[in-house]
Parts: sequence; structure tokens; C-alpha cells
Amino acid sequence: MEDKSKSEIDTEKELRVRKIKNGTVIDHISPGNALNVLKIVGITGKEGMIISIAMNVPSKKSGTKDVVKIENKELAPEEINRIALISPNATINIIRDYEVIQKNKVSLEEKIRGVIKCLNPNCITNGNEPVKSFFRIEQTNPISIRCEYCDRIMDYDDITQQF
Amino acid sequence: MSYFFIREESNNIQRCINLNFLGRHVISIKDFSREELDYILKVANQMEKFYKTGSNLLKGKILATLFFEPSTRTRLSFVSAMFKLGGEVISLSNPEMSSIVKGENLTDTIETVQNYADAIVLRHKAEGSSKLMSELSRVPIINGGSGTKEHPTQAFLDLLTMKNEINGKIDGLKIAICGDLKYGRTGRSLAYALSNYDIDLHFISPSALRMQPEVTSDLHKLGVSVQESEDIMPIIKDLDVIYVTRIQKERFPDPAEYESVKGTYKITLDMLNGVKDNLIIMHPLPRVEEIDYQIDKTKYAKYFKQTYYGVLIRMALLGLILKGDNLSF
Repeated sequence: MEDKSKSEIDTEKELRVRKIKNGTVIDHISPGNALNVLKIVGITGKEGMIISIAMNVPSKKSGTKDVVKIENKELAPEEINRIALISPNATINIIRDYEVIQKNKVSLEEKIRGVIKCLNPNCITNGNEPVKSFFRIEQTNPISIRCEYCDRIMDYDDITQQF
Repeated sequence: MSYFFIREESNNIQRCINLNFLGRHVISIKDFSREELDYILKVANQMEKFYKTGSNLLKGKILATLFFEPSTRTRLSFVSAMFKLGGEVISLSNPEMSSIVKGENLTDTIETVQNYADAIVLRHKAEGSSKLMSELSRVPIINGGSGTKEHPTQAFLDLLTMKNEINGKIDGLKIAICGDLKYGRTGRSLAYALSNYDIDLHFISPSALRMQPEVTSDLHKLGVSVQESEDIMPIIKDLDVIYVTRIQKERFPDPAEYESVKGTYKITLDMLNGVKDNLIIMHPLPRVEEIDYQIDKTKYAKYFKQTYYGVLIRMALLGLILKGDNLSF
């Protein structure tokens, strides 16, 4: 067993979820949204990697937060930016050999294709045409997005209810 | 090449706008600037000459009309416009007689029809249908009406009616759009078209049929003065235009909702006592019960004259889209 300093041991005692060696840590997720974050990046748990979730843990920045740790998978930028739709303040830490080698805040892309459905049942994207949904950002905080095809505006609740 | 120069007062720079519409799709009224709208209206008025005499301007060109929803005016006016300009028309006006009943989707239909025609007019119940088709069609798509949202060519002809029937200009008018503003695409398209002009706009509707919030929000962002009300009478004597729309029974998801608003508004002759002398009453038609038949013979009624302007507008659009600015009058 590796020798550790007292401060490292104390820090580990405070962590509800231990550090991961390699993978992605998604921090500062809006409380209660950890499972939605996994859904929006397309992770079901059947992929085989170890996933740790902490929900409603204390946060100095925002009171409470969720945290997700995905071992042995580094999320791609397009996956990361989807998270901004439901958790705009989330941060992404890429971990290699227990070290944070990259740390970014999620950012909303101006246009979003194929991630979520348009709630308008009469939108052409909900028919039998070979087309993905396509939204542009109307407002970032609070978030609202507009369908490029039917002009329907969707807010945070409309987005999260899909998960 | 047609250009329209405007001067920007802030820095005295002349801005050049390309008004060559050759090959352009017509999908949403929101895609057109004030300068482009004014140019289309100007060309439409110039088309009056060809309306009377005919023309060979579009000889050899074919227009396909694909109507998946009922239409009298839009379809027939496009057909009329095309014939008047010497072109030909092929039509799909009964989807039951097409491969749609075999399960073919709209994408495959357009991929096929674009090989038969130089332009396609499409009316479809799905919102965004024309926009999607414009992304894959190599021939111009003209939106003949999509769902509850868009009817750009109706908006063009409505502008032309206002311009031609009241003092030759749209700026300064007080306009009320009335009726089913929730499900009606004509009122919505007209509101966006009017946002390019300096007008005073009123939405008059039962509360259950108010204009969609994203439209009023957009109009406010564009600086348009919009007032919403359920009663036209307090303002009727100040209006220059009353634009009446039918309650769109076929678009109500809940029949009970339709029953609760059916017959709740009607423009009658007695309501017009004391109105402005040059007031015009418009309607995209079909009319069901929202304008009393007694108004038809009054000087105010312009809804049948609108259908004539509809042919001029469609002649203008077809000429511009299929010939660019090589239009000689």
C-alpha cells in the first residue's frame, strides 16, 4: 500500500467518492441533475466503465452540487458541451494518472443538432423525414433554445423533461 | 444586376443590397428585408401589364405545385401566374393519388419532383417542412403555407393590398390583426412582414387565441409597437386596416377548445359607423362567419381584391426567382 501524507489521508476521508486514476470528472453539476448529465452524453452504464455519482453534496460555490466521475473515458468536446444545456456551470476535469491534465467549464454551442427533441409534435423533425432536431440558443441564462425548423421555443424544464 | 442603394446616416456609407432573386427559396417572411419587400411590391405592380396581356417571360419553365393541404387561392393563383407568364404547371393537389399513400416521405417526394420542375410550391401541415426541403432541393422551394407558422406569399400580397389601397404607402398605418392568432399562419406572417415598417399594430383575439408569445417577443425586440386586446371597438375608429382571420378549426388539437371560441367574433356593418373613410377590411379567405356578408358590397371590403393582388405577387416572385433581374417591362 502506498504511503500517503496526513493531509492526503484527511482529504480522502472528506471525499465521498475516491479519486480516479484516469477518466473524466464532471463537477459543479446543478443539484439533482447528475443522472440527466449521463443521459445527455449518452452514457447508460452498460458500457462497462466504472461510474461514480454523488448528488446534493455540499458546495462552497453554490450550496449543493452533483458530481459524476467516469473512469477510463475522456469525454469528447461535443459531448461535453451538451452538458451546458442542463448544467451551464459544470466543469470538466480530464484525469490521467490521478492528475488533472485539463480543466474546462462547459460552454453552450450556438447551435445544437440531434441532442434533444423538439416538443412540437407538428415539427418536421418529428415526422418520418431523415432529419435531426436543430436548435439555436435564444438565451443562455436562464436557458432557452429555438427550433430552427418550427420556431418553437423551449426552456430549461422543456429540455430536462426529456430525460 | 439590380442593386438598391441606401445611405446609413451614422457614417454616410452607401450600403449596396443585391436584389437578384434568381434561384432563391421563399421560405419565411423573416428572411426578407424592408428593401427586398419593397422591391417585390414594385415588381408586382409592374406585372399588371402582363396580367392583362400575357407574356413569354417564363416560356419553357415548369412550376410544380405540391399541396398536401387544401387550397383554393394560393394554388390557383400560382397556376394562373405561371400561365400568364408563359410557363407550364404540373400539380400534386390530391396526396391520395400519389405515392404518399404508399408511405413515401416528403424528402423522397421532393428529391423526385425537383427533376421534373424548375421551381416547387409546397404546402404541408408540418412546420418547418419548406425549410427542410429547401436544404435539399436544387430548385427553388416556395412555401405555400406550412402548419400554423408560415405563409410568406400571403404576407407579400397583404402588404401589396395595403400599399395599393391606402395612399401608396404602409408606413404610418394603424393596423389590427384579428381572430385566430394562435393557429393562423397568415396573421403571424403578416405581423413579421409589418415589423419592417413604421406602423401601429394591434392584435385583437379571444384570450384563448392570442398571438404566440414568441411572436410578440420578437416584435418587441424589433421595436414594433404592439397592443393586444379582446375588443376592437375602442380602437376601430382610429384604424386604417382591419385584417380578419378565420378560426382554424382544423388545427385545434382539442375539439372542445374550438367549440369554446367558435363564433366569438364577427365584423358586422353596424360596427363600422364612424370609421375612417379610407379604412380597408382584409381577410386571407376562406371566410366562414367572421365577416358579415353585408360588408362585401361596401367600399371597405378589399378581401376579394386581395386575391387579384395575389396573382401579381406570385407573378413577381416567379419572374424574379426564375429569371433574376432580367425582367423587361
